[in-house]
Parts: sequence; C-alpha cells; structure tokens
Amino acid sequence: MLTRRMFLSDWGGMTVLVLLLAMAVAVPYANLVLPPESPWHLSTYWVALIGKFLTFALLALAIDLIWGYAGILSLGHGAFFGLGGYAMGMYLTRQIGDRGVYGNPELPDFMVFLSYESLPWYWWGFDMFWFAMLMVVLVPGLLALVFGWLAFRSRVTGVYFAIITQALVFALMLAFFRNEMGFGGNNGLTDFKDILGFPVQARETRVALFVVSALTLILAYIASRFIVTSRFGRVLIAVRDAESRARFSGYRVEHYKVWLFVFSAMLAGIAGALYVPQVGIINPGEFAPLRSIEAVLWVAVGGRGSLFGAIIGAFAVNGAKTWFTTAYPEVWLFALGALFVLVTLFLPRGLVGIFRRRRREGDA
Amino acid sequence: MAAWLLVAGGSLHAETQAFGLEMPAADLAMEMTTPAFAVIAQSDPYTGDMIDPSLLGIDPESAAVETAENDDELMEEAAYEGLEETAADVDLLIQRLPEGSFNDRRAVAEELAATGDPRIPLILAALLEGRLLAAGDDPPRILIRADTGRAGRDALTGEAVDADLIASGRRIPVHNPLRNALRNLIAVATISAPDPERRAASLRRLMRDDVSPDMLAYLDERVELETDPRVTDLLLTVRALARLNVDDPEQRLESIALLRGSLLSEVRVRLEATATRDDDPEVREAARDALDSIESRIRFFRFTENLFFGLSAGSVLLLAAIGLAITFGVMGVINMAHGELIMIGAYTTWFIQTLIPEALSTSILLAIPAAFLVAGLVGIAMERGVIQFLYGRPLETLLATFGISLILQQAVRTLFSPLNRPVASPDWLSGSLYVNPILSLTWSRIYILAFAIAVFIALLLVMKKTSLGLKVRAVAQNRPMARALGVRTGWVDALTFGLGAGIAGVAGVALSQLTNVGPNMGQAYIIDSFMVVVFGGVGNLWGTLVGAMGLGMMTKFLEPHTGAVLAKILVLVFIILFIQRRPRGLFPKKGRAAEA
Repeated sequence: MLTRRMFLSDWGGMTVLVLLLAMAVAVPYANLVLPPESPWHLSTYWVALIGKFLTFALLALAIDLIWGYAGILSLGHGAFFGLGGYAMGMYLTRQIGDRGVYGNPELPDFMVFLSYESLPWYWWGFDMFWFAMLMVVLVPGLLALVFGWLAFRSRVTGVYFAIITQALVFALMLAFFRNEMGFGGNNGLTDFKDILGFPVQARETRVALFVVSALTLILAYIASRFIVTSRFGRVLIAVRDAESRARFSGYRVEHYKVWLFVFSAMLAGIAGALYVPQVGIINPGEFAPLRSIEAVLWVAVGGRGSLFGAIIGAFAVNGAKTWFTTAYPEVWLFALGALFVLVTLFLPRGLVGIFRRRRREGDA
Repeated sequence: MAAWLLVAGGSLHAETQAFGLEMPAADLAMEMTTPAFAVIAQSDPYTGDMIDPSLLGIDPESAAVETAENDDELMEEAAYEGLEETAADVDLLIQRLPEGSFNDRRAVAEELAATGDPRIPLILAALLEGRLLAAGDDPPRILIRADTGRAGRDALTGEAVDADLIASGRRIPVHNPLRNALRNLIAVATISAPDPERRAASLRRLMRDDVSPDMLAYLDERVELETDPRVTDLLLTVRALARLNVDDPEQRLESIALLRGSLLSEVRVRLEATATRDDDPEVREAARDALDSIESRIRFFRFTENLFFGLSAGSVLLLAAIGLAITFGVMGVINMAHGELIMIGAYTTWFIQTLIPEALSTSILLAIPAAFLVAGLVGIAMERGVIQFLYGRPLETLLATFGISLILQQAVRTLFSPLNRPVASPDWLSGSLYVNPILSLTWSRIYILAFAIAVFIALLLVMKKTSLGLKVRAVAQNRPMARALGVRTGWVDALTFGLGAGIAGVAGVALSQLTNVGPNMGQAYIIDSFMVVVFGGVGNLWGTLVGAMGLGMMTKFLEPHTGAVLAKILVLVFIILFIQRRPRGLFPKKGRAAEA
C-alpha cells in the first residue's frame, strides 16, 4: 500500500528518477568510454557542470520539502548548503597536507599566512573523512534544530520566518567573511588536492562524484517521498493548509515542523558537501542572501509541492543561467527577474503545473 | 626676490604663507586641512616668489605673479633700508650658524627663533632640510639652495646668487637631535604668522614636542600680542606645557591646574609623563588628579559621540525603513524591491545634479520632490502591474518583487553604467561642527538626522490627518468593510504603495549624500530595513522609529568593542532571538485574530 502510494501514483517522480538513473549510467559512459572524437562524447567540463546541477537539485528538493509540504518558506537555505560545503571544504583542506604554498603539514596556507600557532579546536577531526561527513549533516542539522525550535515554538511563521532566515544567512555571510573566524575569510577554502586519496581534478574522480551526486539525489528523493506520503507527511500538509486547525486538533505543530526542517537542512548540507569538490572552492559567497532566494526560485519555477518539480526547476533555471550568462550576460538578470514575476503571476504551480493541467484535461 | 625683501619691510604676509608650502607639509599643517591651505597659498600672488621663477630663470607662470613683482619693486627700496637698520645683529647671528658644534648651532638657532625676524623660519627650514650652505670665511656668506635645480639665493638679503657660488658652498651639517629642535624652533618662529590658522597649526606642532622653558619669555610675549581667542587658548596651553618643565614646583602646579580642562591628546600625554616622572610627589598627585578629571570628561564626550553616531545610524535606518513601514507594515506587501526604490531616488539626485551642475544646493532640494515622484510612479506601476494580483499570497509577492528588484538593478546597469555614480554634496553638507578636540559632529549626518525626523513627522501627519491616511488605515484594518463603505480599495492600494515607494525615493536622496550611488546600493539596505520594521512591530510607525533608533544605537555602542562586522552580526542574532520572544515586534498590532 505504502509503496503503491509512494511510487506508482507518482508518475512524474518516477519519470524523473528513471531519467536520473539513466544519467548516472550514460554520463560516465559518454565521458570515459566513448572516444573524444565521438559526437556523443561528453567533456569533463559538462560532467562537472551537470554534477553541480545535481547538487542544486538536491538543495531545491530540500526547500520544496519544507515550502511545498509544510508552508515554511526559508530564504536562508544557503546557510545549510554553505555549512555542509564548509565541512567538506575543511576535510579537503586538511587533505592538502604539506603540499600547500607554505608546506606546513599541520596548518592550511591561510592560517600560516595569518600566523596561527596551531589548528583551532573546531578544525580538529576534519582530517578524517567519516568525521567530516558526520559534520556535513550534524552542523546544519543542529543549527536547524536550534533555529527551528526557537522559531516554530514561538509560532514565527510565513513572512516573518522568511525574513529571519534571511537574517540568519546574512549574519553567517558576514561572519565567514571575517578572517578571525578561521575559515579562510574572503577567499574561503580552495586549492584542493585529494578526496579519499583520489586527485580531485582527475576525470575519473569527477565522474565518480557525479555518480555519487546522482545516487544521493535519487535516495534523497525516495526518502522525501516516503516522508510526505507517510502519516507524518499528511499532518504536515494539514499544517500547511490550516496551521491553527491542525494545532487545535491536537497535533504538536512545532514538532512536525522542526523535524522536517532539520531533515531538510541535512539534505541541504549534503548538497553543499557534494557541490564543493565538484566546483573546487567554497567561500562566503555561498551565504549571499541572493543565492538562497535564487534556490527558492528553482522550486517555484519547477512547481512547488511536487518534489520532482524542484529537480526539474533546478535543472531548467540553472541550464538557462549557464546559457544566458555565456551567450547574453547582460540579459540574464532581466530574464531571471522576469522569470520570478511571470512564474508567480502565471504559473503558480510551476512547470509541473502545465503538465498536470494537461493530464487532467486529457483524463476528462 | 621682491617679496623676499618685502618681508623685512614688515609685510610678513606673503613670505609666511608661502613658507607653508616649503615646510615639510605634514609638520606645520598637521591639524589643518591641507587642500584649504594649498588654496590660500596658490591664490596668493606672492607665492611665486617662494619658488622664485625669476631667480631661477623661469618665466613667471602668470601675469598675476608679474604684477606682484612690480608692486614689490616699488617697495623694495624702503624694505631694504629697514632691513639694514634693524637686522644687523640678526645677520651676525645668522653668520654664526656654520661655526662650532651641533650644540652651538642649536643655541644660535634658538636665539634666532626668539628674534622674531621674518626670515628665520625660511632659514631654519633650509637648515633642517640640508639646503643651507656657507661659502667663504670671515664672515661666511650664508646661502639657501633652491629645492630643485642648482640655483639659490643669499640667505641674508634674498638676492639671487649664481650656481657656481652655490656649488662652492659647504652644507651646514645637522644631526637628528638638532633636527628635532629645529622643527620646534621653526614652529616658534611661525607663531608670529599673521594668519590665525597658521599660528594655531604651529602651536599644535609645538605641543607635540617638549617645549623647553627657555621659550617661556617668548611665549609670554605672544600671549600679550595675541588677538584670536582660539589661538590664545592654544598659546596658554603651550605655555602651561612649557612650564611643566620649570624647576619651581609651584609653577608646575599652576600649569597643571590650567591644563585640567584641556581635551587635547598632547596635553594628556604630557600630563601622564608628569604623573609618573615628576620629582615632586605633590605635582605627581595633581597631575594624576587632572588626568582623572580629563578622562572623565573624555568619557562623557565619547559617550555623547557614540550617542550621536547611534542616532545618525538610526536615522539612516529610519529613512531606509520608513517606506517599508508603509508597504509592508500597513499593506502587508513584502516588497523586496524596496532597496531598488531607494536606489532610484539616489539616481534621480544624480541625474538632476548632472542637469544643473552649477547649482548644487538647488539640485538637492529639487531632487527631493523629483525622487518622490519618480520612485512613487515606479511603485504605482509595480502595484498595478504585479502586486495587485498577489494580495493574500505574501510569499509569492516576495518572489515577484524580488524579480522586479533584479530587473530594476539590471535596468540601471544597462541604462547608466555598472559603476558607481558620483554625487556631490553642497558646501553646507560637508565639514563638521567642531565642539572640542574629542567631539566634532559631521554636518551631513546632522542634516540627515533632521531630515529623517522631518520625513517621519510628515508621514505621520499624512497617515493621521489626511483623508488618504484615513482610507489607508481603514483598508488595512478591514478591507471588505472599507469597500462596503465606498472606499475604492484598488486606488487606495495603489496610492499607499506609491506613497511608500516615494518615501523610499526620498530616502535615496539623503543616502546619496552618505554612500556610493550604484546599482547595488539598494541591496545594502533591504535586509536592514526589514529588520527594523519587524523589530519595531509591523503596522506601527512609532515602532519603526523606535526600532530604527534602537538598532542604530545598539550597533554603534557595540562597534567600539567588537568592530563593525561583528556588531552587525550580533545585532542580527539579537533580532533573530528577539523575534522568538515577541513574534510581532516591539509594538504589535492589537487584535483578536488567531492568525495575523
């Protein structure tokens, strides 16, 4: 019954999952096996680019989970994405070892430059992969737990919540820009060499990261789908549609919201962690409020409240962005702005909404 | 040449002013604004003589210089006569400069400075810079080599001498202790400058170094002669500082009593030295006491300054947020393009300024209504074009207006330039109100504070006293009922949004005087503005006022301890926590709805 509800009725999600799986097989094949002369050969640039889109799609999925199913609009999901990214960045920085410019085996270059005596305590353990991966989910999760618990308990909702999440991500950006924070300040962390002993720049590693991103996205989708189709998810939808009524019916609304928020933050953290090795840098720019709002747009464009719509939206908007910023850089912000306006005015259900309406018309 | 002789004839004016250019500028003009100083010197036709184009064989640069020369030549005779009669003993002293040890030279220089002879600053400066030469013996000719080139002139008469003589001259040696003493002495010699600003500057120069008690007599004399009250104050302070070095403890105590009220940092440094090093315990005690009283006065003024900075930061926040208090607070529209409306106001200011560049004050005053209209019209267009379809869907409004903000930014970038536009300030907006050495208040910030409050009061009156305000409040309270009573809610919405947008534009005019005007300027204000409105309480103008001033104060009082960035972070964290405790802000709208 559960599987039926989870998968069979979810035609769009199934399509997207199949496409993702196909991608996870086809892209490595096109890049590694096919010779460069072949018209179907995919360059490593494209592998890294689509890999980046996959992590964005994961972030969009995390946002759609809370916005589409619990009505929580977070304009600060970049905070969790960035924190996950920094955790991964710290691991990668520690892997540089003594190959940095200053050749200090213990301290990253920027710390030598800022004349640190020893590694700050919050960098301890990041030389171990498992610890870093734990932090990728724990740090965003903890922040979301504290923040969400404080906010939802005092019934901060809707617009107010959106604004304070924006304040959160803005504060984080300012904080990470400070050199004293010990995260590389303005420049962030970069110049990575190895991940788990494999060189980050190598083609094979990039393909592997791509496959991992695709599989993670698929797993995250299944997990999210499981949550929203479960009893827990039904309560969430009730909260979204009539929060007071759900509360007065005896549900502890804030508990549902907090746990969903924490899960969403963890997904965003994982997305950030997968993003960093593929782009090779993490800096405070990831915390820019604009980035977080853009991520919300991906969801809005794709179609809020359908999960797979978020994935489609992330690919569509970022694909358009990549094309515009290389072909017509002047026009991109106009296009992005117009997209915001047009989607909210004419496509309240996003791209997915178009298909859904068609299908319903076809059914009738 | 002519001006050189003129000097001796009693017209000190030209020489001393020109002297300012020659001096190591940082020393003499340290507390003065150098540009202003340069203007004085350049505008003075006599200045040409300092570089002395005619002596160097260069044509005078302007006709003004030439006429000045002619005027000087007329007076040359008399000046020369005067010089011969009165300055013979000074000449002898000057001729003794090359002799003996460094200490002898210093003694001579001190005597020279005390003569008040107008040539002395120039000669001592040349000595300091190693440009004072001696040629021949018994008595030697003292020569001043020009700054550049091989030319020069006679130090006593100011006459040009040929390059061969200069080349044969021996440089009169100086060493560092002598250089330090010379700087002091030059200052002493310039205390007699005719321009009070110059006198004040040289006194401040004196204050930084130990003034030896030998100069007391000279200072006493100047105190008698001084007419400018501010310079007199400085003179008294310098004299009191000099008296700190005399042997009589009674006099030292007197000086300390006089220095008690001073806020100058130099005085504090000297008092600290006295408090630790003086031989007399009573004097040490008095110095410490005086220091304490100075410290407490400084603390008071620093507090006042912080208060002013806080109010000023608050006024900027108020200006930025007050339009939002209307659109967000009253109408419930999340207008993410609010910052861009501020930007439009600032660009309007810039545009009007480029239209009438010669009338700065007029353009600023014109910009206020113009920015209100332009931003207001853009606001009405936004409301009619997009926002009216999204009432009741705040999150969608947020996204749509964010899209509009991107479009407006890019439009400005494409229309004008991605670079910042320079907006000039009229004179009355620059400079600052000098209260004392610790406290001076920038005029632009004072005006903007006043302006912010004026805008606030105007808006308050519009909301409370006009028919539009009544309708706005009615629609905000109960839209269906207002419509039922005949209020055209659509129009009221458009006008309200236009009002909020127009106020944002007016804020842009004021902010263009404080920060860079560029396509990104709006983004800097949007988060702050939302924080203010949310903190103060939505739908309450007074809340916005209190919120803006409160956050401004908080930031500025944190800043000295934490630095600007951390202060900002702390304020953001404070607001995040505050919202948890009072989700509806400081002054929440009263009502019985379970969901607002």
